[in-house]
Amino acid sequence: MKKLRLSPQTIPMVASVAVLIVLYVGGCLAFDNFGSLRVLINLFGDNAFLGVAAIGITFVILSGGIDLSVGAVVALTSILIAGLIGHGLHPLAAIAVSLAFGAAFGALMGTLIQVFELPPFLVTLGGMFLARGLGFVVHPESLSIDHPFYGDFVSQTLSLPVTRKLSIPFTAVCLVAVVIGATMLARWSRFGRNVRAIGSSEASARLMGVPIARTKILVYTLAGALSALGGVVATFYMQSGNPASFVGLELDAIAAAVIGGTLLRGGVGFIPGTLVGVLILGVIQTLIIFQGTLNSWWTRIAVGGLLFVFILLQQLITRRKK
Amino acid sequence: MWIDLVFWAGFAGLLWVNRSRPVFWPLLALGLLLLFNRFTTPGFFDLEIRDGRLYGSLVDVINQGSKVMLLALGMTLVIATGGVDLSVGAIMAIAGAVLAQVVGVAHLSVTVAIVAALAAGLLAGAWNGLLVAGLRIQPIVATLILMVAGRGIAQLITDGQIINFEQPALVFLGNGSLFGLPFTLTLVLAMFIFTALLVRGTALGLFIEAVGDNETASHFTGLSAQRVKFLVYVFAGFCAGLAGLVAASNIKSADANHAGLYLELDAILAVVVGGTALTGGRFQLAGSLVGALLIQTLSTTLYARNVSADIAPVPKAIVILAVCLLQSPVLRGKIARLGRFLPKTKGGAA
Amino acid sequence: MSEPILSCRGLTKRFPGVVALDGVDFFARPGEVHALMGENGAGKSTLIKALTGVHPRDAGEAVLAGKSIHPRSPREAEAAGISTVYQEVNLIPDLSVAENICLGRQETTLGFIRWGAIRERASAALARLGVAVDVDKTLSDCSIAIQQLVAIARATDISARVLILDEPTSSLDDSEVEELFTVVRRLRDEGWAIIFVSHFLDQVYALADRITVLRNGKLVGEFLAAELPRLQLVAHMMGRSINEVEALQHREPPARPAGEPLVSVRGFGRRASVRPLDLEVRRGEVLGLAGLLGSGRTEVARLLFGLDRADSGEMHVEGKPAAMRSPQASLRARFALTPEDRKSQAILPNLTVRENLIIALQARRGIWRKIPRQEQDRLVSQFTRALGIKTSSPEQLIRNLSGGNQQKVILARWLATEPRLLLLDEPTRGIDVGAQADIERLLAKLRDEGLAIIFICADTAELARNSQRIAVMRDRAKVAELTGADLNEQAIMRAIAHGDASHPSS
Repeated sequence: MKKLRLSPQTIPMVASVAVLIVLYVGGCLAFDNFGSLRVLINLFGDNAFLGVAAIGITFVILSGGIDLSVGAVVALTSILIAGLIGHGLHPLAAIAVSLAFGAAFGALMGTLIQVFELPPFLVTLGGMFLARGLGFVVHPESLSIDHPFYGDFVSQTLSLPVTRKLSIPFTAVCLVAVVIGATMLARWSRFGRNVRAIGSSEASARLMGVPIARTKILVYTLAGALSALGGVVATFYMQSGNPASFVGLELDAIAAAVIGGTLLRGGVGFIPGTLVGVLILGVIQTLIIFQGTLNSWWTRIAVGGLLFVFILLQQLITRRKK
Repeated sequence: MWIDLVFWAGFAGLLWVNRSRPVFWPLLALGLLLLFNRFTTPGFFDLEIRDGRLYGSLVDVINQGSKVMLLALGMTLVIATGGVDLSVGAIMAIAGAVLAQVVGVAHLSVTVAIVAALAAGLLAGAWNGLLVAGLRIQPIVATLILMVAGRGIAQLITDGQIINFEQPALVFLGNGSLFGLPFTLTLVLAMFIFTALLVRGTALGLFIEAVGDNETASHFTGLSAQRVKFLVYVFAGFCAGLAGLVAASNIKSADANHAGLYLELDAILAVVVGGTALTGGRFQLAGSLVGALLIQTLSTTLYARNVSADIAPVPKAIVILAVCLLQSPVLRGKIARLGRFLPKTKGGAA
Repeated sequence: MSEPILSCRGLTKRFPGVVALDGVDFFARPGEVHALMGENGAGKSTLIKALTGVHPRDAGEAVLAGKSIHPRSPREAEAAGISTVYQEVNLIPDLSVAENICLGRQETTLGFIRWGAIRERASAALARLGVAVDVDKTLSDCSIAIQQLVAIARATDISARVLILDEPTSSLDDSEVEELFTVVRRLRDEGWAIIFVSHFLDQVYALADRITVLRNGKLVGEFLAAELPRLQLVAHMMGRSINEVEALQHREPPARPAGEPLVSVRGFGRRASVRPLDLEVRRGEVLGLAGLLGSGRTEVARLLFGLDRADSGEMHVEGKPAAMRSPQASLRARFALTPEDRKSQAILPNLTVRENLIIALQARRGIWRKIPRQEQDRLVSQFTRALGIKTSSPEQLIRNLSGGNQQKVILARWLATEPRLLLLDEPTRGIDVGAQADIERLLAKLRDEGLAIIFICADTAELARNSQRIAVMRDRAKVAELTGADLNEQAIMRAIAHGDASHPSS
């Protein structure tokens, strides 16, 4: 393994881990039940869909692009699954269809970006509107999922019991599995290395023989599939689908990636860092709930403030190098 | 009937006058959409006068579209420098919150409230400008910060409450009518003239286009690209503040969660549809207004045809992707090779 | 003398309107460093790009180790056995040294990259070059010199036989250059055929066994380095053929005007850009700056105009201490610069001729004091007439004008600001003969009107014709100053070749 060293690339990552620890320990000292296992488990379970989607967006940012369609695709997937199950499809089939749809949606955006040299910002903005509208075409309002697969199998059978009263929800398991899989993909596959290379310097990567078009289309495909998986996890969590939900989720996802040490210019970032970023957002939310008197909007302000600090940190590091 | 005739003759004349300007294409698209409505959407062109003011779908287009038009004016200048401002929707929420707080809670005068709200917009714009021009942070990233935090700040100002107000002057801002036409139309036109004077009456417009066209060459010429960039973000903040006032006035309250939600995207779209390239350079102020009207007409059309407002994003997405493709250098190259019969648009002033 | 491993015959490459490479023969032999030399537009980079598949050739043949090759991309050239290290390091800054050496050819087991194998392979590749670098270090944390060596390690890690080094030394300091050369000599002794592109004469003579000179896309000749005197090399590169411009009336430049210098600098320099130098220029004087490409002549202009900041020495304007910290400050001090690269540094392509012409004057007046349209139109018509700018209308976009007319607009842009000091960096490059003559005439007129002019030009004849004094740059330092009877091509070339004008022989 790589030796631990405080190179400029790892400073943001170390900083975000430090922020997470400070926030968490601070919470434990300030509030009685904050340090309980239940709070910790819920931190993973409640933010699982955000985490899965944020990991998709991390790959896109690593490649030097951006994906604004994440929140809308998560919502579309959730209502698509609920709708398909409502029409009598088995949940597993509905999930498979949704994942394939998400991947195809991402592939389409990636193709437009790569083949027609369009700005990712505008194409994924179009994707966002399209997915948001399509969700309402599928079903205009919230639709609950009433199927034994969801009610018993996912909620009961698949959750891992810790104590008699406490178990780890399947959503948390999904999140951890995705983080592990994505970390391996990013670190030990040629695709993962090519994504980084393109984000760091596309011109050099081309000269070095990296397949640019294939890799970039694949990145958006992967992000689309992970957004869809985020939608799947969201249906596990909510036991329903809603086309109007997750507005602005892409902002939280981008914020989580940036706070977790991914540079928005591409090329530098860590998948576990994004998990750290997601957990920081979760801890801030939990802190505000525990505090009681502070209102929920402090979450947004705190996230914005952290985003500013980390972007500033990135800027200082990049400039120092020049 | 004669009104109908006058309208179409006027529109045709407008197209003819602008036949060699970049604004021709969005204007043509708007005309076609209106023509489509003329024959297939019953009642779209109906206007009636009640209590001395006009009502009808066309009036709705102007009234509803006014916020995006105001935003688009500022966004045009930002995009012309090669940047983008994602935070204008959030700035609208902040301005609305300041307005409601000052009149609704602090019980100060309407004038003070309006000045405070506009000052909040300017301040937010200055923050963006500082990040982009001072710290040289990439515009998407820099304005993302306020986009994320802005609504939280707005809620902080109103303490999470939805504050209602009834002051006639404030209600008039977004709902009143002047000479039978919505006051927002006057406001948009006044702002358009002010912006046009600001950029064409001074050298600001030239500097913006120079910086957006070739920043290196501008630097070699002794231009301060950073000062120009700072100014356009401040101006975009001001426009967003004004749009925030209109939005708050429309619903007679400040709603930090929903005021201006996604309007930054509509504004960017309006600018791009209006003929200003995302890469910067030449800008089309009038084109952006037409672009905003086009988007609003599209929404109003769907509404008039009883299409759910929720599905409206789908046609909008198709417009975005179509415009993207039309602006794609790759596709343009292919089209150019097919034939050179398309009329050339001259790069004229806005 | 060994047989060539790479033989190119009759290589030709055409671009719209220009033959960039015209039937060039080129040979690379194992165990030899072969330098490729030439001035701007000589065809060096086109030749390299033809060999590496960036611009596949239009005609001719390339035979590598007995097999005809037709690379269509750098990747294919690499697979065929030609590796290239570019001037701007073409590696991935955010990846580790090891990964940069192995990217695209990583060993995997079941799809998993074997990082251990990669590190070993990278260490071995670096060790072969005798370079000690921590392979886990991120590339952008290494110095440019190390990055250059990593690029060489990557290029030599595959079993290629030919290594192209395209201006590898342009951003290295002396000790780093020596380190690089040690590695290159080592590779040469192992039997690599090395093609070395550089503008630095000293480095070429220190390293190369053989020199091929190109000019205007044609082969001038292939020479053994030991048998080619420097002066001869410079003469070959500059081309002493009859230039169309020499048909112009030769005007004897007037004597140097009396008076205090308008601008003078002492010990003025910038690390890794220009070695400290002294210069002065008076009103009514044209100071020529001679030197080969990369000699530092452009960098001097950048320093004087405040595009880069000097980190040593001092500047006086009209006897008073001054510092140009930015182009804005230069604009206020009434300095003007027409840059070398017209397309990327001067023209605003989608703005009109009028807007391009008034922009500098407007920049000096600031945002709020707009030049009235009437005055703009007056300036435009005044300068279009005075400079003979051919445009269908002042509202024409400048990108639709010819190169010569664009250059005149840029000149007019600065003349409109009524400058005291005019810095002209290759104002006649890439423009037609008629426009060139116009610009030379204008130069004399402006000089007579009392402007101080610093004139940078690659063409020594043109330089000698138009200057009253010439400062000669070589390898980023000023090596000579020529006046009076020394204002001729031979003296300039001697100074470029040897560092001073009086050196009698090679």
